[in-house]
Amino acid sequence: MQGTDREQYKKRQFLSAQIDLSRFNPSSFEKATDEEKKQQDVMGESTTFFRDGMRRLRKNPLAMGSIIVLAAIILIIIIAPHIVPYSYSEIISIDGKRDKSAANLAPFEYSKMEQQYMDRTGEKLFPHIFGTDSLSRDYFIRVIYGTRVSLSVGVVAAIMVLIIGLLYGSIAGYFGGKVDLVMMRIVDVIYSLPDMLIIILLSVVLDQTLEPLITGTVFARLGVNMISMFVVFSLLYWVGMARLIRGQILTIKNNEYVLAAKCIGTKDRQILKKHIFPNILSVVIITTALQVPSAIFTESYLSFLGLGVSAPLTSLGSLANDARSGLQSYPHRLVIPALVICLIVLALNLLGDGLRDAFDSKLN
Amino acid sequence: MGEYILKRIALAVVSVAAISAITFFAMNLIPGGPFNKEKAASPAVQRVLEERYNLDKPVPQQYVIYMNNLLHGDWGVSLKTGRDIWTDISTKFKVSARLGGLAAIFAIIFGLILGSIAALTRNRWPDRLIVFLTTLGTAMPSFVLATLLLLVFCMKLGWVPVWSSQNQSILLPVIALMVYPMAYITRLTKTSMLDALGQDYVRTARAKGVSGVHVIFRHALRNALIPVVTYVGPMVAYILTGSMVVESIFTIGGLGSAFVTSITSRDYTMIMATTMFLAILMVVANLLTDIAYKIIDPRITFD
Repeated sequence: MQGTDREQYKKRQFLSAQIDLSRFNPSSFEKATDEEKKQQDVMGESTTFFRDGMRRLRKNPLAMGSIIVLAAIILIIIIAPHIVPYSYSEIISIDGKRDKSAANLAPFEYSKMEQQYMDRTGEKLFPHIFGTDSLSRDYFIRVIYGTRVSLSVGVVAAIMVLIIGLLYGSIAGYFGGKVDLVMMRIVDVIYSLPDMLIIILLSVVLDQTLEPLITGTVFARLGVNMISMFVVFSLLYWVGMARLIRGQILTIKNNEYVLAAKCIGTKDRQILKKHIFPNILSVVIITTALQVPSAIFTESYLSFLGLGVSAPLTSLGSLANDARSGLQSYPHRLVIPALVICLIVLALNLLGDGLRDAFDSKLN
Repeated sequence: MGEYILKRIALAVVSVAAISAITFFAMNLIPGGPFNKEKAASPAVQRVLEERYNLDKPVPQQYVIYMNNLLHGDWGVSLKTGRDIWTDISTKFKVSARLGGLAAIFAIIFGLILGSIAALTRNRWPDRLIVFLTTLGTAMPSFVLATLLLLVFCMKLGWVPVWSSQNQSILLPVIALMVYPMAYITRLTKTSMLDALGQDYVRTARAKGVSGVHVIFRHALRNALIPVVTYVGPMVAYILTGSMVVESIFTIGGLGSAFVTSITSRDYTMIMATTMFLAILMVVANLLTDIAYKIIDPRITFD
């Protein structure tokens, strides 16, 4: 307010109720600057759904511990094969000669030939951290590869279950009516099949029938059993996911915003993509995370029955199975893969539970 | 209610039919017949054999014949041993049923007790301990547990002799089979018990001056049992498949180890028969569970 304005706000009449503005300090009437306006803001920083969930997850010590354990395991299985000079199928040999004394070594023990070689050349050989197996192969690197195989089976199976279940469940749930009825009856039947039995049965069959189909292709390197395991997982395990997603979609599609989107003529695909998927995302992620340990469980079970990956490749379950024959003398060969399985499954279960607590908005 | 039961029975029949079809056609996909062995018989003998076992007919017709025989109680003959499969299955099933039955009963009893303790001592040390142990129990595959038990108690400590025809101690196999279902039932009981304890009827009972023990057993536990009933079907399936590895680890001659042996020796008729038998058991267990659940809990609506 400048001088001239001040005159303007002066009381014109003595008894008037008008406030005499000229008596106030003019600086009180200055407009607040942007900076001053900001000081009045009491809002917290805006947060996204993801960030909010992560904040809750970070407060959960069990989930964080599991993440650390899993990260450590993944780091080890990536790095170890580059450091350890043995390979999972390599039979220990010295100067190109097979080292027959290197079978069944205890952890950190050297065979006679290796000892002689080291004495002769003065060069130190890489120790066998977990010893060797009955075929003179370094057991540490076998455990590493076994963990690799088991983990990747778990992850790939979970992703396949996710893709199939998501497609099937969202089609059934979104279109509803007769489509839904027929699709869900099929799911009911598959759901009521005893999964483990069918898996065992199909593994036996696919083992025999897939062999000629895949020789010479990329798949041959993975081994028939591995492929049949994936086929079996994707044939049977998606039903749970499909049911879950269908149920979620059925509840979400009755919301007003979906109706609104329909009214303005949004296409089905667009509605599914923009309105429905973001809302079922958390449930889907949690279920997928919990699918991984159950797939690892199944894989190790099948490997234990001798239906796992084909030799010389190995998985944690087949390592445990191989260890049974020398159980009395070399118990560590069973204990190590067993511990790794338990550790991975435990960590994944706890992480899945933590994710559910952190991201499932219905539980909050 | 009646309609629901009929629907459930229809579904069970369909799934048994599906299983039989899957197993039969899957078995027929495997290249090579049972009589194309290394020691090949003369073509004439082979033809007679194939005729004898109906192998010369088209596959769908073989399936019909097989199912027809099955429904008349004829499960066929083992390819490897030549014995009648049904006598084999029924004698071996007795062993497995005793093992699995004990495991199921103990799993339910201990699961209920541990779950109730955990719910009643919520967030105190007994609860924490039980939660820790059950988490561990659900992370351990049955074969790992079985081999570890065998290693520690039979081989290292020598407390329990290894299973043999003279010594039929089934303590360790029962423990190996029951840990996972027990842990699961403990979790279920804990959550449903906590839920029940927070209900109005429990508060009413307490307000009326009903004794604490009475409230827990009459009002809370009874209602907490309902979710546990739903787990009985899956538990039967778990114990049946679990008994395959546990029986072969402890060298018990039950149905489970017979199944594993038939897989490793590729005895197809035996695999087929055992799968069918176990599948029917599981489907029936699931059916009974579902029906029992609807009868026990009157709050459930039938759709």
